[in-house]
Amino acid sequence: MQYTFVTLVENKPGVLNRVASLFRRRNFNIESLAVGRTERPDISRMTIVMECEDETVAHKIEANLYKLVNVIDVQDVTHQPAVTRDLALIKVKAGPEQRAQVNNLAQIFRARIVDVAADSVIVEATGTEEKIEGMIELLRPMGILEMVRTGQIAMTRGAYEGTRRAPGANGNGWHGDEDENALAEY
Amino acid sequence: MKKTGAEILWECLMREGVEVVFGYPGGANMPIYDAMLNYPVHHVLVRHEQGAAHMADGYARASGKVGVAMATSGPGATNLVTGIATAMMDSSPVVFITGQVAAHLIGGDAFQETDVTGITLPITKHNYLVTRADEIAEVVREAFYIARSGRPGPVLIDICKNAQIEKTEFVYPEEVRLPGYKPPLRAPKADLEKAVHLIERAKRPVILLGHGAIISGAEEVIQHFAVKTQTPVAMTLLGLGAFPASHPLSLGMMGMHGEAHCNLAIQNADLLLAFGMRFDDRVTGTLKTYAPNARKIHVEIDPSEVHKNVRVDVPLVGDLKTIVSDLIPMVDEYEHEEWLQQIAEWKSDGDARSIMTWSHDGKLYVAHLIHDLWEATAGGAIVTTDVGQHQMWAAQYYFMDKPKRWITSGGSGTMGFGLPSAIGAWFARKDEEIWAVVGDGGFQMTAAELTTAVQEGANVKVAVMNNNFLGMVRQWQEFFFEKRYSAVNMLTPDFVKLAEAHGVPARRVTKPEEVKEAIAWARQIQGPALLEFMVEREDAVYPMVPAGASLHEMLRRPVKEAR
Ligand SMILES: Cc1ncc(C[n+]2csc(CCOP(=O)(O)OP(=O)(O)O)c2C)c(N)n1
Repeated sequence: MQYTFVTLVENKPGVLNRVASLFRRRNFNIESLAVGRTERPDISRMTIVMECEDETVAHKIEANLYKLVNVIDVQDVTHQPAVTRDLALIKVKAGPEQRAQVNNLAQIFRARIVDVAADSVIVEATGTEEKIEGMIELLRPMGILEMVRTGQIAMTRGAYEGTRRAPGANGNGWHGDEDENALAEY
Repeated sequence: MKKTGAEILWECLMREGVEVVFGYPGGANMPIYDAMLNYPVHHVLVRHEQGAAHMADGYARASGKVGVAMATSGPGATNLVTGIATAMMDSSPVVFITGQVAAHLIGGDAFQETDVTGITLPITKHNYLVTRADEIAEVVREAFYIARSGRPGPVLIDICKNAQIEKTEFVYPEEVRLPGYKPPLRAPKADLEKAVHLIERAKRPVILLGHGAIISGAEEVIQHFAVKTQTPVAMTLLGLGAFPASHPLSLGMMGMHGEAHCNLAIQNADLLLAFGMRFDDRVTGTLKTYAPNARKIHVEIDPSEVHKNVRVDVPLVGDLKTIVSDLIPMVDEYEHEEWLQQIAEWKSDGDARSIMTWSHDGKLYVAHLIHDLWEATAGGAIVTTDVGQHQMWAAQYYFMDKPKRWITSGGSGTMGFGLPSAIGAWFARKDEEIWAVVGDGGFQMTAAELTTAVQEGANVKVAVMNNNFLGMVRQWQEFFFEKRYSAVNMLTPDFVKLAEAHGVPARRVTKPEEVKEAIAWARQIQGPALLEFMVEREDAVYPMVPAGASLHEMLRRPVKEAR
């Protein structure tokens, strides 16, 4: 099944490359990955959707992400109340006669037409994966010329937090009262 | 006061307590080499950058401190790669410092430009590309902290030439600020209690000790724990020395070439206490049948190792020494007489098959040689090895009672490791006796470092086990490819002459009766010396768990061969 992870990383050059390289090296398959800024300039946020056979794989992904020095926090929000969104731009074949039909469809999905050309229109749709998939299916018979999607982004509702599965990793552990640098002098 | 980036680098290295660096200069690191002349540091000029990497690694393993290796950009840096991967696989703390072309040239395929941070991304714990002088102090501070803390590992710093030359204010960062890096220390009480619950019920427990025990400095607490709970202790190849081989609870080495009684104990255990080890395929055999009746407690500092190969019942993520110390007062004293008796029976069967019981047949066997070396050095030498049959025999017959004396490439199995790591170890512990036990194949991969040993007056002894074969590959071909020998028959140079050409006194040994005298001769030489042993060509390492077989399905030395 698909798991969604929200990952906070230091906003430094090359961090995306490190994450991608890790997934390739450990043979994890990314369904989608969206990166962007957060409320803090020094932190970026990644929403990563992965196909995991079971909880063990989800654990592996979390624990491996923590191995990257620049990864600050990993939450699995799959089973939490969360808002998830994907944005799609879909260029549909539509001459003047079909525009109204596309427009009607778009309205049902609360999508918008953002560009009109002689024989095509661009529809912008935001929503959950399911909603966007549903709309694409209905638009497909009309002829989809081009499509782009951002991949999912996610945020838990209210005070909910995702699950943190890797015990001991990065601050989710139990440092006790010890100085965090105590291990430096082993 | 303003300093150049190169000066700042050395200022920081001095503050990290660096006394020796292993390296090789070139165009892209010349400012670093120029600035070095003004600092009290000893530089060891190697003959190939791989040698520098292994030396820094050997230094780190022998001292417990961070080793440092340097190289120039492009080919200099790529020559380090094997050594970086070796350090990574064995969690060895080494900081690698490479020169890079000037920042404005990056991406333009400039002369000797290679994407070194890209190449080393998967084989370092972390790496940095430094493009400005004012980044250097913070990066070096972080690099050393990351290399030695948590699960240690190699960190690479690639410094652009302009950053070495530019001047900037030198401010030494008093602390490291790494929001994403906090190595765990202790496990929660509730989890410790779960572990104790399993320990209380165990009738046939076994401790599995790995390299983590040595890195964490947990030897004493583990001994305390093992004795208190009367739990026998098996070790991985890299765990050797973490528990005294001479201790009655020691089972010796586990795994592919582990002791038979040790593997049988693991397979029949009802509880495995995995301490700082990672269930590598070389120690588990096929996972389908691995320790089928055992509950498993895994104490490990790297959360990604938990459930990676073997699903465990109680993971305790944190520092091994801290966690075992926390466990000791929580457990009672136990007796496991029946279990220890059973293991002793398995052991006596193994003793009967041991090559040590063989009568004299005039041939040189590596196992016998290692035993002689162990006796001659009273088990007190630092032993480094290459990779192959000799490595396994050294592991089996040089009984280690103390940690940080057994230095070998385990995870990566890098041929050519033996000699340079011995030289590195010598810089860490000059008063110790150091032996590099190498095969004729692996030795030829880094033999050029003999000159480095001479130039440095490094007091290391090299024992070449010459079977004129790539022995371990030959053994696999004998066992698993119907003795179809393919590309294993190796012509070797006259190693005695080769050594002498380098200025290293050397002797060749062909008969068993010459062994002890030759070892004694080498020992009294100040500085490097080499012994070439012409050993039995087609001997095999036993026991052996064929790759993919169950841990208890060992090929044993045929009894008929024994006396
Ligand atoms: C760099 C490298 N190349 C190839 C191998 C594969 N390999 C493992 S053992 C071995 C044979 C080693 O022969 P030798 O050094 O003569 O030692 P022996 O096994 O005879 O003791 C080889 C080729 C390796 N481990 N490392």
